[in-house]
Amino acid sequence: MKFRDFVSYEAIRAALEAEDKPGVIREMTKALLDAGRIKSSEIEGIVKAVMKREELGSTGIGRGVAVPHTKHPSVDRLVGTVGVSQEGVDFDSLDGEKVQLFFILISPPDRPGDHLRALENISRQLRDETFCKFLKQAKTSEDVRQLLDEADNNHFS
Amino acid sequence: MMSEAKLSRTVVVANPNGLHMRPASLIAKLANQFQSKIELVRGQERVDGKSMLEIVTLVAEHGTNLTIEASGPDAEAAVEALAVLFASQFADVEEETSKDP
Repeated sequence: MKFRDFVSYEAIRAALEAEDKPGVIREMTKALLDAGRIKSSEIEGIVKAVMKREELGSTGIGRGVAVPHTKHPSVDRLVGTVGVSQEGVDFDSLDGEKVQLFFILISPPDRPGDHLRALENISRQLRDETFCKFLKQAKTSEDVRQLLDEADNNHFS
Repeated sequence: MMSEAKLSRTVVVANPNGLHMRPASLIAKLANQFQSKIELVRGQERVDGKSMLEIVTLVAEHGTNLTIEASGPDAEAAVEALAVLFASQFADVEEETSKDP
């Protein structure tokens, strides 16, 4: 699976304003709403479910990256997007570092395989330090989109 | 130095959701408690069992067979502990309930 298969380009945010974990999750979920990927009636339930998943263990996986996610019955295909925080946000990460790069994933409950394939793609691309570094330096959503495209075309790793 | 034992055991991914982040984290956390080199093998793919990010790249769905390979002074204990963890299905039930918030 490639980024283009699950990342909503319209929902990419290169300058997240939120300064804490609940704020980032809400801002990115709102971005998915504004991009028409989720329904307005579902936003509260999705934010709550993503936060509940964080309580089981932070999805901050180190290297300044987090993958907040949940299953939710209101989506019929995997939806996700990318957010960049210039300042970094405390996300209770495994390595204690602030998080600058966020990949949010909302999956239909009956499609665990798609979630695994999206995680595989994110993990594989993040092995490349250049990709990580460039994403953190992205200034606009178009910058992010171009980097994701380059990754999809195997310019990294 | 103790002799370097090398052991392997095949396990199955039995939890319905496969090796997503939380099971992969549990595997890596447990593997890191051992000195031995620990790898997970799926066909031609081989990843570091001490790295959650590496484990996730296996895309190990429900029903996948994996081989745990350990080499080092505590290889036997490591393989045993990891096999028990796989058999426990990682207590992977919380996320199931979260779909009905």
